[in-house]
Amino acid sequence: MHPAPSIILFTTLSGAGFGLLFWLGLDSTPPTGWVAFAFFTLAYLLAVGGLMASVFHLGQPRRAIKAFREWRSSWLSREAWTSTATLTLMALYGAGLTFAATRIGALGFIGAAMALLTVFTTAMIYAQMRTVPRWNTPLTPLKFLAISLAGGALLAAKTAFAIPLLLLAGALQLAHWLMGDRLTETGSALVPNSGTLRAFEPPHIGDNYLTHEMAFTVARRHALKLRVIALLLMAPLPALLLALPGGHVTGGFAVLFHIAGVLAARWLFFAEAQHVQARFYGTHARTESV
Amino acid sequence: MTTLPDKTDRKLGLVIDLDTCVGCHACVVACKGWNTENYGAPLSDQDPYGADPTGTFLNRVHSYEITEPDAAPRLVHFPKSCLHCDDAPCVTVCPTGASYKRVEDGIVLVNEADCIGCGLCAWACPYGARELDAAEGVMKKCTLCVDRIYNETLPEEDREPACVRTCPAGARHFGDLADPDSAVSQLVAERGGYDLLPEQGTKPVNKYLPPRARDCGPSGALTPVAEDPRGFLGWLDRALSKLPGGS
Repeated sequence: MHPAPSIILFTTLSGAGFGLLFWLGLDSTPPTGWVAFAFFTLAYLLAVGGLMASVFHLGQPRRAIKAFREWRSSWLSREAWTSTATLTLMALYGAGLTFAATRIGALGFIGAAMALLTVFTTAMIYAQMRTVPRWNTPLTPLKFLAISLAGGALLAAKTAFAIPLLLLAGALQLAHWLMGDRLTETGSALVPNSGTLRAFEPPHIGDNYLTHEMAFTVARRHALKLRVIALLLMAPLPALLLALPGGHVTGGFAVLFHIAGVLAARWLFFAEAQHVQARFYGTHARTESV
Repeated sequence: MTTLPDKTDRKLGLVIDLDTCVGCHACVVACKGWNTENYGAPLSDQDPYGADPTGTFLNRVHSYEITEPDAAPRLVHFPKSCLHCDDAPCVTVCPTGASYKRVEDGIVLVNEADCIGCGLCAWACPYGARELDAAEGVMKKCTLCVDRIYNETLPEEDREPACVRTCPAGARHFGDLADPDSAVSQLVAERGGYDLLPEQGTKPVNKYLPPRARDCGPSGALTPVAEDPRGFLGWLDRALSKLPGGS
């Protein structure tokens, strides 16, 4: 699948932003005044910035509002609702903390639940795709949720939760890769009883939308190295930094390393995913049999 | 509405004969021509005469080489367009309701005024039947020439999809696959028409007819004329063998 920078940025940044909103909503002794303002500004910059990036990914961004219509069947539409609901509820909750030093607990809890639901709906957009076997697994939403919770805990300076959650996120990421690697090419023959079938000639000389978007083959020569780097940056390194006595300096580096690791892992999430449709182009080297 | 209808009154679709298709791409050109001038936004091209030409097509023809043991290798040309699935995954993922399946005839269409160009339907389709138009930013797909098949301003023989009308080999057939007595249903029953990638659970309406088994093998034209030549051929064989370089 084509690793579009806008989507990689969106899922990474908004995942961390909604994770931060989750921890802010649950916190029984939350920051107030200017400190609260700083935390909520950071969360909104990440969450809204990510959402904006995804809107500009659309072919017709001016019609984006129509995406609210089909929540009954579409995970993308559900994501539009949950993200808007979370951002509205948490804006009220954050305003209470910032300007009145008042915590409206119920609002925080509902907002936290909606933040998690938003990350879940984002993940389900990918996990529902039967056409992309590497995504079509319950590990996809689990991984997205764990990464979001870990990143949020890191940003919210909840060290006691952040360390185990970072390690859990790393483990789920590793499991997602290993499970994807074990997928074997299955599927019925394009032409039945055809012996060995080989793509002789594609329908067109150059690229088209399909080959660019879905039969995208990225140079995956360094995939293993990139996986090691992504995993180290994403989980063990920030967890180690948090365990050190360094306060804001090590904490800041932990956040930067974690975000860089998640970005790299998210790039691989797209670049390594193969779409069933690529079979027609023979980019899945395979032998058809009866 | 992006929920699918429980049942459609008819199932209009195509039956494509892989035995007959000669891979001429006339259907591709006819489709591009008709659908650029009619339903929805034109099918645009980018850099059509330049170094890196691309463009939107609703129908494309792949070619495959098939080798079987004890048979000559052969080419199978494989036209591919929307299969108007009963359980169309492209419809349910649509956030705006732009993608829909018609109750009256089962045709899957895109209402381009509602399409935001998110591309999810193209991801959900296992066949690569949908392409986002780079100029218009909306999703394009086969309409089964919905603006031809019911068009009373056209002569009756033209009221079928442009690809079917133009195919010089008669490899494409159009009809109602819900009616077991229709010509297309009979053809499917007779020739063992099959579903493309049935494991994807899409229940495609379009069917493919597999290539027939070859009823003759290689002609043997390259085997020696005779192992033990006599007469004129025998003299020629001996004479040629004596020349330098001969064997």
